[in-house]
Amino acid sequence: MSETARANILGRLRAARRTSIPALPAWDAPAYAVDERIGRFCQLLETLHAEVHRVTEAGWPQQLRTVLAGRAASLMVAPETESGRRLAADWSQDAPRLVPYDRPVEEMKTTLVHGVDAGLTTAVAGIAETGTLVLWPDAAEPRLLSLLPPIHVALVRASTVVDNLPELMRDQGWSSRMPTNVVLVSGPSKTADIEQTLAYGVHGPKELVVLVIED
Amino acid sequence: MSDFTQRAPIALNDPTLRRNFRRAMDGLMSKRAAQFADPAAWAALRERGAMAKARAVARLPELLEQLEAKCTANGIHVHWAETTAQANAIVLGILQKAGAKKVIKGKSMVSEEMELNHFLEGHGIKAVESDLGEYIIQLAHEAPSHIVMPCIHKNKGEIAQLFADNIDGLGYTEDVDALTAAARRVLRDEFATADAGISGVNVAVAETGTLVLVENEGNGRLSTTLPPLHIALMGIEKLAETLDDVAPLLSLLPRSATGQPITTYVNMITSPRKPGEKDGPQAVHLVLLDSGRSRVYADEQLRDTLRCIRCGACMNHCPVYTRVGGHTYKFVYPGPIGKILTPQLEGLDCAGDQPHASTLCNACVEVCPVKIPLADLLVRLRTESVHSGHSQAVKGAGSRRSLHETLSWRGWQFMYAHPWAYGLATRLMARLGNLIPAKAPLMRQWTSVRTKPKFAGKTLHELARDKGFDHE
Repeated sequence: MSETARANILGRLRAARRTSIPALPAWDAPAYAVDERIGRFCQLLETLHAEVHRVTEAGWPQQLRTVLAGRAASLMVAPETESGRRLAADWSQDAPRLVPYDRPVEEMKTTLVHGVDAGLTTAVAGIAETGTLVLWPDAAEPRLLSLLPPIHVALVRASTVVDNLPELMRDQGWSSRMPTNVVLVSGPSKTADIEQTLAYGVHGPKELVVLVIED
Repeated sequence: MSDFTQRAPIALNDPTLRRNFRRAMDGLMSKRAAQFADPAAWAALRERGAMAKARAVARLPELLEQLEAKCTANGIHVHWAETTAQANAIVLGILQKAGAKKVIKGKSMVSEEMELNHFLEGHGIKAVESDLGEYIIQLAHEAPSHIVMPCIHKNKGEIAQLFADNIDGLGYTEDVDALTAAARRVLRDEFATADAGISGVNVAVAETGTLVLVENEGNGRLSTTLPPLHIALMGIEKLAETLDDVAPLLSLLPRSATGQPITTYVNMITSPRKPGEKDGPQAVHLVLLDSGRSRVYADEQLRDTLRCIRCGACMNHCPVYTRVGGHTYKFVYPGPIGKILTPQLEGLDCAGDQPHASTLCNACVEVCPVKIPLADLLVRLRTESVHSGHSQAVKGAGSRRSLHETLSWRGWQFMYAHPWAYGLATRLMARLGNLIPAKAPLMRQWTSVRTKPKFAGKTLHELARDKGFDHE
């Protein structure tokens, strides 16, 4: 059925008279001065209801414990990532319990869906134009880590923040290396479906905490 | 009731509906305007987006083949459907093969075209809508009234009552956070137990075989990540040539739709779960739906309809839509884009009233982010609806042709081509015009909503002669 449908659809499209293909006009996404970039990135994220902390490479685990104190009893981490290894090696007893996301989702569904308060991921970049985190999940850092826990904590290095998405796609050569999934995140999960009133955490995280590592 | 003009007065006389839409559309218009405050930046971005879509439409057949080849190489199964019935059968086949009993759905207008939920329920498969707006109207057994904000016709009180009646343990509350939290609780369990997720597609990138989905809630990400099987549905026109085109389209879509610089989530899917990865669906299917689009493609002018990125800005700015709401249009796509798309997909014989439900005020044309010439297309479809044999582009062309109207215009034409007939007719109307009752045939449709004009006692020519002008 699908084969006949394919032939018929393409046949009809091909039978139509061709029109000329218009040229693509030049367009540049907004750019910012170097000293404005990080400020804009942090400020926009805050406008989008995220909580932003500027931290140091040495001090972020401590800052993370402070941020989560009283808010989360458990923190899910990706144990094979750099940040996951660091926390496993240096985590205190009174901090939230670390839960490793170390097995396929089928074996961890209950924990993921209902059993953890926070999840930690590392963004591969930030975008200043829109206040956006770029997540590039892989075998080590699964996709649901940034989605199911009510609090999403994201680490992003200040040096990876760029002006805009086209620049990032070009510089990192995305078109030849798209992974299973890329997600751009700009704030916590939200909806305005009820009388255009904003409400957070409708399906994904209710809170987004961004730790910007100054490097 | 099939005719727009019969349904419109019902909506116009519903003060709650009028208030709900007025408030929502005013808010959306001002938020959009704030996003495009710099006219030069808007013009440049819009031109880039419009040309990206124009190129994708111009190269549609080869881009579809490229998309198919790329997706297949990435491990996504691609299916083609000429009709919504075929698309439904394909989805059912995939679900039955996987033994799926329950699917969780992200928002998809193509699935509304297919009436997929109804179809699946008929085959014993439960389909649960997870977008909050879609969930609300599913509880109410209604259709979306807006393509971006499906339950925009409902106010807080109506939703509070609906939730109190349908969600165990929840009393009547108008607190939006409490309502949202209740929906989260119910739907989280549905996500966890769903056998498959179904979503739409905002942009499919032919260059990489990537499906781009935008959303704010995270239900789209959940539907495409948590269940073991993901089926994406898209119209064959939702294409971009390259990844480079994604950024300008992403910049236009949410700003035009809801006045947001970017949606909370932009979800780019290029393959099913790879070996070693811990989550994501094991299988991803893409269903390409034609359902009349390739017929639209046959006509060079009408083809511009296929640029649409479904932002809804045209309806938000439409003086007709704002007053009558989405349900008055009866079909899946309301507002200006619906008025040009529906008659082309369904035929002028069953949706020929749609292009006439417009004042041609051009507001939609001014805000369309991909420069669809909506007003020109409305006029073209009006012409098609009364001129049989004009072209074969639209099904049901000429179906609104009426003997009355044809004869009236013939008479008018004759009168204007023959000065003696013109003189006779105008003198006759000056003497007898006021004696014709307002409800006389030919006049009735006009006078049903307007006062019958009063005829002057003398024609313009007679008045001119009285003033001493003897020759025109």
